[in-house]
Amino acid sequence: MAGMLDTDLFLAWTEGAARAVRLHRDRLTGLDAAIGDADHGTNLDRGFTEVGKALTEWPPTSPAQVLVSAGTTLIRRVGGASGPLYGSLFRQLGKSLDTPVTLAGFAAAFESGVQAVERLGKAAQGDKTMIDALAPAARALTQAVQEGADEHKAFERAARAAEEGAKATIPLRARKGRASYLGERSIGHEDPGAASAALIMAALAEAAA
Amino acid sequence: MKKLINTAESVVEDALNGLAAAHPSLRVRDRVVYRAEGPRPGKVGLVSGGGSGHEPLHAAFVGPGMLDAACPGEIFTSPVPDQIIDATRAADGGAGVLHIVKNYTGDVLNFEMAAELCDDVPVASVLVDDDVAVQDSLYTAGRRGTGATLFVEKIAGALAEEGAPLEEVARVAREVDDHSRSFGVALTSCVTPAAGKPTFDLPEDQVELGIGIHGEPGRSRAPMAPARELAALAMEAIHGDLPLRDDLLVMVNGMGGTPLIELYVVFAEVEAFVRGKGARVVRSLVGNYVTSLDMQGFSITVCRLNGELTRLWDAPVETPGLRWGR
Repeated sequence: MAGMLDTDLFLAWTEGAARAVRLHRDRLTGLDAAIGDADHGTNLDRGFTEVGKALTEWPPTSPAQVLVSAGTTLIRRVGGASGPLYGSLFRQLGKSLDTPVTLAGFAAAFESGVQAVERLGKAAQGDKTMIDALAPAARALTQAVQEGADEHKAFERAARAAEEGAKATIPLRARKGRASYLGERSIGHEDPGAASAALIMAALAEAAA
Repeated sequence: MKKLINTAESVVEDALNGLAAAHPSLRVRDRVVYRAEGPRPGKVGLVSGGGSGHEPLHAAFVGPGMLDAACPGEIFTSPVPDQIIDATRAADGGAGVLHIVKNYTGDVLNFEMAAELCDDVPVASVLVDDDVAVQDSLYTAGRRGTGATLFVEKIAGALAEEGAPLEEVARVAREVDDHSRSFGVALTSCVTPAAGKPTFDLPEDQVELGIGIHGEPGRSRAPMAPARELAALAMEAIHGDLPLRDDLLVMVNGMGGTPLIELYVVFAEVEAFVRGKGARVVRSLVGNYVTSLDMQGFSITVCRLNGELTRLWDAPVETPGLRWGR
């Protein structure tokens, strides 16, 4: 039914994100090797595999449960910075959702999730982090809702904004995270966190397609 | 690249099994390493942790005079909050627990989350950030924690063993961090078991300056040079940030793949440099203590000592990785 986002959609999202992270694991780890410590793909793959297991073991009955469970699993299983950061995104997103979930409600909850990541990581757009993909995605989503787009169009626009945001990190100098230690030498590389955020947003668009 | 592993996925688990089997003074459960005899009632507990691949840091520094528990994460990946909480409970003797955290975004976030969730145990935290290679902390995640972590664990561990309260142990830990500076130089990158190839390419005639301990590239490259020049480069960076004077504790630390004989070559240069500045090396440590897997290279950590810090450094310690005075 158009305009309503159900539990199955969010399960499909987490499954799609797990597939995308697995498929792109070596690329993410390669990006991390250039400006970090070469484990981003491996860690996220392990995390989303655990998310799949947790959601099978305790089947969720609402969209909020899917997202809170996914977030908690990521915090508990991934480690590094990406575990708590992605974990907080999904948990806050889940906790901010009212049932039934409307597209407008989701867009507002997503904004709140991205703000949680900004607070925890003390990062802003332009610091060359996952925020550079997530913040434009949140804005694109909200704008799409205001313009009356359906979920297919809205998620596609969010995914495109995330992808463009990730690519836009290439010329930036990192100011947060491990890449910041490289100073000028971080310029010219795509941020692995922004790259994985773009994959996760693409998985949402695909789940709704 | 050949590696002595069973599988890349099981390397941390397998190594911890070996650690427990080799050292009956330690217990390992759910990726937490703690003293076999358990926490001592009334003593402040010390917990540290971080990614694996830095051995002997931190797990082999569990024992009387140093840590009560350690929580090793995956290779170069911080532990997760559950592990840190388990370690905190395993270390708690009723006087509170000090978290010793190296300043990396992941470690800081996971320890913060654990401290928040662990509301039944009073927890204090100290951030170790001694790496002078990170200059403009306004535009970075701040200075990294490297070699000074060992100094903090040893000296705070000694004070905790004397029965000092949590705020005192935290104070001395921060004092050690304030008094310590490090700088690292890599001759090669390192090979993580998962990647199976070097994290970065470093030509035979170049060195990487200002490296951290995760095989990440440093701030700049320079032509390979004699040990004297590389040691001087590192010492100038340290001296420029914390002028060398009076009594110093100096560690020349191997990154994992450098023979001890080369570390002693470096140490001779470091000692001469210190004398040249009118200061004295009164305590020293030479060896592989805070490593980056199989990386070749060294780091130098200097701590300006005072009476209290010297006494606590000399106090007995009995861990698989560091032991004297008992």
